[in-house]
Amino acid sequence: MTAYDIFEIRWHGRGGQGVVTAAKIIALAALIENKFGVAQPFFGAERRGAPVMAFNRISERKIRIKSMVYNPDMVVVVDKSLLNIVNIFSGLKKDGSVIINTKEKPKISNKYNVFYLDATGIAMDLNLRIAGIPLANMPMLGAVSKVSNIVSLESVKKAVKTEIKQMVDENIKAVEEGWRRVIKYG
Amino acid sequence: MSCKSNRNGERRMSVKSRRIGLNGDTAVAYAAKQANVDVISAYPITPQTIMVEKLAEYVNNGELDAVFIPVESEHTALSAAVGASLAGARVFTATASQGLALMYEILWIAAGLRTTVVMALGNRAFSPNINIHCSHDDLYAVRDTGWIELIAENVQEAYDLTLQAFKISEDKKVLFPSTISLDGFILTHSLEALYVIDDAYVENFLPPKDPVYPIDPNNPITYGPLDLQDYYIEHKKLQDYHFENSYPRILEIFQEYSEFTGRTYKPIKTYGLDDAEVAIMILGSSAGTARFVAKKLREKGQKVGVISLTLYRPFPVDKIKEATKGLKALAIMDRSLSFGSPGAQLYMDVASALVNEREKPLLFNVIYGLGGRDLTPDQVEYVFKKAQEYAKEGEVKELKLWVGVRE
Repeated sequence: MTAYDIFEIRWHGRGGQGVVTAAKIIALAALIENKFGVAQPFFGAERRGAPVMAFNRISERKIRIKSMVYNPDMVVVVDKSLLNIVNIFSGLKKDGSVIINTKEKPKISNKYNVFYLDATGIAMDLNLRIAGIPLANMPMLGAVSKVSNIVSLESVKKAVKTEIKQMVDENIKAVEEGWRRVIKYG
Repeated sequence: MSCKSNRNGERRMSVKSRRIGLNGDTAVAYAAKQANVDVISAYPITPQTIMVEKLAEYVNNGELDAVFIPVESEHTALSAAVGASLAGARVFTATASQGLALMYEILWIAAGLRTTVVMALGNRAFSPNINIHCSHDDLYAVRDTGWIELIAENVQEAYDLTLQAFKISEDKKVLFPSTISLDGFILTHSLEALYVIDDAYVENFLPPKDPVYPIDPNNPITYGPLDLQDYYIEHKKLQDYHFENSYPRILEIFQEYSEFTGRTYKPIKTYGLDDAEVAIMILGSSAGTARFVAKKLREKGQKVGVISLTLYRPFPVDKIKEATKGLKALAIMDRSLSFGSPGAQLYMDVASALVNEREKPLLFNVIYGLGGRDLTPDQVEYVFKKAQEYAKEGEVKELKLWVGVRE
């Protein structure tokens, strides 16, 4: 990645799973590293359970572009039920990677660099829930840091501390577990 | 803390800032808090953004000593703001789309009574159909009413322009209310890094409001009385004269803020215009996308440029004339419609600004992005291509071009 390049992430999840918060934390982590980071949510109808997206752009340089992300370097799927609904590979760069929250090996094309982890399980073990929904976004943040290397685990943890006000230690632990447990598919 | 000398040789303190991450809504609320507003009056239901929610939080937790008036409609939100402003308070409110439409009657009154209300607009589309995503309908609905209109391209500008809006509105050579526009969702809900000025320095730029003819129970006067055929037109001519004369003062305040922070503010921003043959003119966050594409095309040797406006009212006619000189074709992009008009709003503004110029570019109007439809780099590239085509042929084939629309 040269200084001019922009690293782009597309997040897929469902309303209430903290996808927007996760994108925000990645942008804040970039900021902590004195980089430029943008988190841009894509809202349709705002309701729990509806498919939602969020985007990140990270760069060493000022980011001018404001459109949605169409050719991501990384796709993060926080809810595996979306695999049958959304084309998660849409526009993904040839050498791009995908991270999926799933317990079992995902049944998808291994044409791309696919990674997976049981983020929901990690969140449930730590009793991390909001309104009954396990916060799978936190372990996914750890996985994004490890796979992309675009922001360090340390920076993500710092960003979580600034953004999250409750159960901070559990959230940080979830990030660390995600970082530790993400594995490559195939 | 460092010191530097300005042009007059006076030493002035350069401002202390810190870099944080905020979304557009919270950046505007943060600026209003730092401006130490006295009164916030707002209607908190959709299409309201979380700007006023954040300010309510500041008031509630004691970070901001202000009166928060939760009202029952946007019409009342602005009415209360007008009253508070005339009483001498520094006042902030915010709204969008339908809320702005409901304020319409009071927009004229806020301006005509020379209040100094500052209002943020998280630009959203007018109904029908129910949408709440980005269009510029609301910012254009303000254009005739006598408000100063500032437009942000990113979160940093939303913050900076909010601070400048108070300074501009309350200036004795201005005394008109201001709006700051920021694209709904695209800026209001996006988190970016920005520099915020340390609290201790804000007052150096923005001292407390010094009201002119505030309401005084011991010396009662009338604001906005009956004004019939014998004087109404003289008063409107005066208002028009003073509004036009606010323009040079606004430029001075931009300059002052630029020196204060090191971030340059001008009524229009240009990119690539030194040698550009064709250009796009566009408002708000999309200017960033347009410049991103223009940069790529220029690297390939194409002579393209971008013009965007930070100041929409008063319309910077002189700067537009200067910037468009030498262009062969100019695509004016509107995120709105003006049904039955010769073109949408920005197109009409630019066309009338240039009408008596001997040399001017071919103009055409592009409609894009209504109701939050994304403006993609491909669409921008297509518009540049059309402009190059028209420039080459010396004629505009299609005056009104739609982009990003399914056929």
